[in-house]
Amino acid sequence: MARKLPPKDVVIIGLGWTGSILAYELAKAGLDVVALERGPWRDTATDFPPAYAQDELRYAVRLDLFLRPAQDTLTFRNNGSQTALPIRNFSGFLPGNGVGGAGVHWNGQTWRFLPTDFKLRSHLEERYGKGALPADMTIQDWPVSYDELEPYYDRFEKLCGTSGKAGNIRGAKQAGGNPFEGWRSSEYPTPPLKQGLGATLFAEAARKTGHTPFPQPASNLSEAYTNPLGVKLGQCTYCGFCERFGCGNYAKSSPQTCVLPALMRLSNFEARTESEATKINLDSTGKRATGVTYVDTSGGEWEQPANIVLLCAFSFFNVQLMLLSGIGKPYDPQTGQGVVGRNYAYQTTSGVSIILKDKILNPFIATGAHGMIIDDYNGDNFDHSGLGFVGGGYMGAGQTGGRPIQTRPVPKGTPKWGAQWKKATAETYQKAFSLSTHGSSYSYKDCYLDLDPTYKDRFGRPLMRMTFDFHDNELKMSAYLTERLAEIAKAMDPAEMTASPRKGPYNSTIYQTTHNTGGTVMGADPADSVLNRYCQSWDVHNVFVPGGASVFPQNHGYNPTDTVGALAYWTADAIKDRYLKNPGPLG
Amino acid sequence: MTGVDKRVSPWLSRRLFLGSTAALIVSGTGAVRALSIGGALPWAPGTATPPTVVRPGPWMFFTADEASAIEAAVDRLIPPDDRGPGGKDSGCAVFIDRQLAGPYGHSEGLYTRPPFMPGAATQGYQMPDTPAARYRAGLKALADYVKATFGGKPFQDLAPADQDKVLGGLESGSIELKDVKSAAFFTLLLQNTQEGYFADPIYGGNRDMAGWKLVGFPGARYDYRDWVEHHNEKYPLPPVSIMGRSDWTVGEH
Repeated sequence: MARKLPPKDVVIIGLGWTGSILAYELAKAGLDVVALERGPWRDTATDFPPAYAQDELRYAVRLDLFLRPAQDTLTFRNNGSQTALPIRNFSGFLPGNGVGGAGVHWNGQTWRFLPTDFKLRSHLEERYGKGALPADMTIQDWPVSYDELEPYYDRFEKLCGTSGKAGNIRGAKQAGGNPFEGWRSSEYPTPPLKQGLGATLFAEAARKTGHTPFPQPASNLSEAYTNPLGVKLGQCTYCGFCERFGCGNYAKSSPQTCVLPALMRLSNFEARTESEATKINLDSTGKRATGVTYVDTSGGEWEQPANIVLLCAFSFFNVQLMLLSGIGKPYDPQTGQGVVGRNYAYQTTSGVSIILKDKILNPFIATGAHGMIIDDYNGDNFDHSGLGFVGGGYMGAGQTGGRPIQTRPVPKGTPKWGAQWKKATAETYQKAFSLSTHGSSYSYKDCYLDLDPTYKDRFGRPLMRMTFDFHDNELKMSAYLTERLAEIAKAMDPAEMTASPRKGPYNSTIYQTTHNTGGTVMGADPADSVLNRYCQSWDVHNVFVPGGASVFPQNHGYNPTDTVGALAYWTADAIKDRYLKNPGPLG
Repeated sequence: MTGVDKRVSPWLSRRLFLGSTAALIVSGTGAVRALSIGGALPWAPGTATPPTVVRPGPWMFFTADEASAIEAAVDRLIPPDDRGPGGKDSGCAVFIDRQLAGPYGHSEGLYTRPPFMPGAATQGYQMPDTPAARYRAGLKALADYVKATFGGKPFQDLAPADQDKVLGGLESGSIELKDVKSAAFFTLLLQNTQEGYFADPIYGGNRDMAGWKLVGFPGARYDYRDWVEHHNEKYPLPPVSIMGRSDWTVGEH
């Protein structure tokens, strides 16, 4: 029996990027806010100081900062005819855990979606005709436009201090930036990072082949920066330990380095760690949430009443809590009816690995997000007529480190062990470089999330079940993008080159990205979305999912975090400026 | 009384709160086992979580026979040559021993609830055995195979060419071990050996940073600002471990 606590104005489930942004905005507005975080408290000095943050085995291989599957995992199958089995050890994607969430271990790649991405279906149908899209593709327009979100992208990038070069300031093209990007109201807060040899050679080859390379926008800061909350970040040291690691230099943007120092000073905010939300409670009408039930580490169950519930967990677990709490109609892939769990999507990446002649690349001098990129083949930046697919992605030289347990390229045909392996490993490390594509993953009728019928978590709750596979459209897109990338790679005059377009079936053991999207999609119509345009539940008006990637109707050819942060600010404004004045449905 | 007292001093020891038995916060309704943080960033001295450094000493997981076989195997997977020491002298067997005796060996933190069912390759490893159990069974089956095939000799006493033949047979699956999937066991052994060769020396392998010297990885330097734009020039400083370097520390080696 849960023991009832005194009520709060707002209870937040999950203290990562969206949770900390919403907590700060709403506490600043005077509300009494509590955040429940199922993982531990985490901070730079105690959890990833420069004394030992650079430990590849502990953090990148044994996954010390990530969610433990024993605490929660999901089951996976490629299609509805298989039996889903539990992911017993995360490897294909890596959900975060603890204060800061995925904001601790991300690479820092900070991309906006394209203006046309926000009206994806109507744009593609207008340009290529209604028949151009596969019948089972369930992409849809976002309920917000790029123009509406632009000020919020700007706010999140200023929170982070993102390093980059604008390509389009209020419609005026800027030399050196991304010529395809949507308009920006201002230049990046800090200038681009410096580039290593590999990225520089790629940029030369890209220019030579008629493309427009630019530095990747990075929340790994090129110089010290003080953000609008008054929090100071340090300069990136190019240590090469970003993805899967916390930053010991206060140089990678995260809730720890950007929000928490300011948030924790607010006396009307409280964080409760090691507290796992198990259910959002509803009143007898089912149309209003009364609060959240959670369990502490001793198994004690608590009820936290609140006027507003914000679901800020990682995407899968937002979907799981909606289903377990009976909010919204579960999606049924047979009929296409229902919405919760619908439109799960991911990312379609591929690579071209090259070995150069007589070069010293120093691949260990790296950040999670420096590198030179081209955007010529993203979204609808190129004419898809006759190509047989829609979508695209950015591509380029974004190698994020040379950590040798996981990065040890050898020429084709090298044995996996023994004297020849050792010789090849020694001779290749400094000459090898990986180029990659980062492509879209559109949504389909048969790719979805629901509750597993067999496997349970430690509380006896059903695990999330993922049913997902790549579709022809995405595999054709990946083949096309990888060919373009290989053409540029060839212009780098490599001694050896291996192009690896993405192939099916989707394999949950091979790491691609942790860009798992959809399931609590935002939209203009309750028939095909869980949330309205303010990330508010259509069914329960005091429940919001403020911008986690679970709200994306499909995934585009960019990393999600910038859009997640922008939507967090967008939702915070909607709550402050609209909902508090007149609590009820905003859509 | 409020249910959760948020006036908890941030300077109280974090270990009190964040250990497996979190702080008892007395309330009107009883003890709350969760950490409430408010008012300031919590910080207390001595609460960081540095890694546990592997010390030399007796085997912690392997029996003497198992250790001899593993030392022989890691020295064929990474043979000594003029580029540097092999798997044995660089401590790969010690690394694997300490890993198997620790959380990794016991699948700590993994999802280990039944039912266990074989699945597609895309669904990942589905067996209940821990890495420690897989090594115990794999080494026993390997010892039995070698004994039966090579006139009673153990693996470590075979000529290097025969050891390579056995390892190659495990890798390809052409050697079948009793009740053990030979290729899967080989993959695990090779993965752990290479982890040991390239992980920070604090874990018992990569002794004197042999693996890092082999490829030219500077290790735990953590700051390359002055070398980012030195294109095509070898980084000038030698590698350093989380523990420092042997010539910096006295009495540790």
